[in-house]
Amino acid sequence: MSGSNPLELYNKMLKEARAEIESKENRARVLVGTATCGVSAGALKIKEDFNREIKEKSLDVDVIEVGCMGHCYAEPLAVIAKPGYPPVCYGYLDDGLVHRLVEDFLDGDDPSYEYALAALERNDVFPTFEDFPRGVYEKKLILEKCGYIDARDIKGYIARDGYSAMAKALTGEPHQVLEEVKAANLRGRGGAGFPAGIKWEACMNGGAEEKYVICNADEGDPGAFMDRSILESDPHLVIEGMILCAYAIGAQKGYLYIRAEYPRAVGHVQEAIDQARAKGLLGNSILGSEFDFDLEIFQGSGAFVCGEATALVNSMEGKMGMPESRPPRLASQGFRGKPTILNNVKTFAYVPFIINRGADWFKGIGTEESPGTAVFSLVGKVTNTGLVEVPMGTTLRQLIYDVGDGLPNDKEFKAVQIGGPSGGCLPESALDVPIDFDSLHDAGAIMGSGGLVVMDEDDCMAAVARYFLEFTQHESCGKCTFCRLGTKHMLDILNDITRGEGDAETLGLLKELAEDVRDGSLCNLGKTAPNPVLTTLEYFYEEYKAHLEEGRCPALVCRDLILYYIEPPKCSKLCNVCVGSCPTEAIFTRDDGLKEIDQEKCVKCDNCLKACPPEYNAIVKLSPPVLPPEKEKKAK
Amino acid sequence: MQLLEGEKEQILDCVKEVLIESSKKSEDLIPILQKVQAKLGYLPALAMEKIAEGTGVSGADVYGLATFYNQFRLNPPGDHQVKVCLGTACYMVGGDITLESFERRMEIREGETSPDRRYSLERVACVGCCTMAPVVVVDNEVEGKVTPTRVDGIMLALEGESGKAKESRDAEKEEGEQK
Repeated sequence: MSGSNPLELYNKMLKEARAEIESKENRARVLVGTATCGVSAGALKIKEDFNREIKEKSLDVDVIEVGCMGHCYAEPLAVIAKPGYPPVCYGYLDDGLVHRLVEDFLDGDDPSYEYALAALERNDVFPTFEDFPRGVYEKKLILEKCGYIDARDIKGYIARDGYSAMAKALTGEPHQVLEEVKAANLRGRGGAGFPAGIKWEACMNGGAEEKYVICNADEGDPGAFMDRSILESDPHLVIEGMILCAYAIGAQKGYLYIRAEYPRAVGHVQEAIDQARAKGLLGNSILGSEFDFDLEIFQGSGAFVCGEATALVNSMEGKMGMPESRPPRLASQGFRGKPTILNNVKTFAYVPFIINRGADWFKGIGTEESPGTAVFSLVGKVTNTGLVEVPMGTTLRQLIYDVGDGLPNDKEFKAVQIGGPSGGCLPESALDVPIDFDSLHDAGAIMGSGGLVVMDEDDCMAAVARYFLEFTQHESCGKCTFCRLGTKHMLDILNDITRGEGDAETLGLLKELAEDVRDGSLCNLGKTAPNPVLTTLEYFYEEYKAHLEEGRCPALVCRDLILYYIEPPKCSKLCNVCVGSCPTEAIFTRDDGLKEIDQEKCVKCDNCLKACPPEYNAIVKLSPPVLPPEKEKKAK
Repeated sequence: MQLLEGEKEQILDCVKEVLIESSKKSEDLIPILQKVQAKLGYLPALAMEKIAEGTGVSGADVYGLATFYNQFRLNPPGDHQVKVCLGTACYMVGGDITLESFERRMEIREGETSPDRRYSLERVACVGCCTMAPVVVVDNEVEGKVTPTRVDGIMLALEGESGKAKESRDAEKEEGEQK
């Protein structure tokens, strides 16, 4: 292959891929979203249903598995692309709807728009996703192809100009890649926002012959799944980003550190690596150039602290994932003691765009200090849950009310939790904070992993803080005393608070302890673990006080501070639903026919409250836990 | 947990097989543990001892790794594995209540396996279908919106199934004995 130019080779590959994909696109196709979120909602069964119905009617239609489109609220979903019609996305699929779509649309000519979510291309008949408020604020870059291409076919990626950034870079010099990334001010999407270009430069100048590129896909935040979605839906994008990084710094070997709990992601990435290698896009003399680079997957075993760079490297070396003090930074002394670049999945995913379209284009999106987009997994009490990508600088209000379409069931907004266990809870007053690395940090939260949980009036802030602390306390590696003992002690205090135990000094002690853990821990797990506590103490102090001073949980969540009570005037003597719903047989029928709860037996599982028919609505939660008859007695 | 009949041999064979394939460097330790667990379903103490011997790493370090990472389990999986999601979204809508209901019904704590190895119960963090919270994974099938009543339903279904499984196992055994 000597003498051949990488671009020429690439263009040939592109032409072939396009021809093949186009010939496929001339036929009717059904794209079923089968990322983990879709599979959990039953997408594989939907795929079988489509296959069966299509076979029964002997239609010439391809059923293809694609990744996640981000509209998780409507899973399982599928796109039907039939020549002559705009491609249309359908949600909330079941076997009946599949039957109807195959019969009416694929076999007939009625696109059944009444069941459609949106069209994917502009047309005169049906609105597209861009026509909804969500589409106005969303700007998809790294999620652009997710859910629209077959993640397990490299040609789908190439046909959409995939690997063109790499081909372009290989015809130039490595430092050009570095300079472009530096000029674009691409900040690390793992959470801290450290400029990738500066890290890369330090590694390039690291001296050693042997260097490593590692992609951190150890997504451990219990409410975030965007890294997994990208790896499952568009693995080649991340691979191309890693190759570009390796070319810039002169690395020969790279690893993707993926959680073993993500078997689909591991499978798709492994297939992608094999396909890229077979096409000469990985391995020795990539695209006929003199550049060699290969990739391997390392399966992480599930430890939140391994998201920390030095802990991750220790874990790859077969040790317990405990962080080390820095410096030396990984860029000078990392994996196997060699200069190493470790970046998040999303950080690598931006690189091909920056190389293709230039640093100035990238800086045109988002804010000056935080260019580009931000990806969030929007969950909790919000109507349109799912994966969203918005330009940096979008406010939290726009994200929750326009992109997420507000809170369901007319509930009152209370707080939004950003950044997972390391982030903070922000109240209503902070909703106009623009989303970027620095503004969120100033508000007390962090960009973090990108988990964004919306909470309403039914959520107790002390219980939320307790939940996150329980998580970090469990995941603390135990190296630093402050983190190991401090988080445990904080958790004990929070447990007491949710039981209403404590006095005037408790909250002061909790705050002091939180600040000490923050200041005295080595790594970011310990440094940020107090964030949920500190922010809730700052913004929801009254709620904590109600627990301690009145023994009352205002959100009616903390189970030691509530009781369930059947209001006699509302109870219909004829109905037995609550009795049957109780898992501990705590509800009984009194002599007068009314139902009553034996408070000794009640485990406060909330079952009876949900079971009581809405026309009676007789069961209420009371806090503080005093039965009304006793209250009356006391009053007398 | 007591080893079953023939399990000891199975463990020894499995560890041997995995060790032959690997480089026995300490860098390979986690993949070795992963492979053994993939084959046996868990990491019995005996397997860890043999891995330590085979790789020359101290038994304490192997045990340290196995307990440091969440992926490794020291209890055998039950015939029916129930995983309750306690990711943020599930927790907010009462995932802990669901977990408690399972603990009550199975009479074991989270992370344990029932002595007859019928059930094992675990908590996991985010299976990625937050819209269906609270979510439970029963033998790899995802169940959404699981209330304590639904827990009763799931347990009834499992009890029926494992009752049947046990019967057929007993019948097979009897047949074997007769032969």
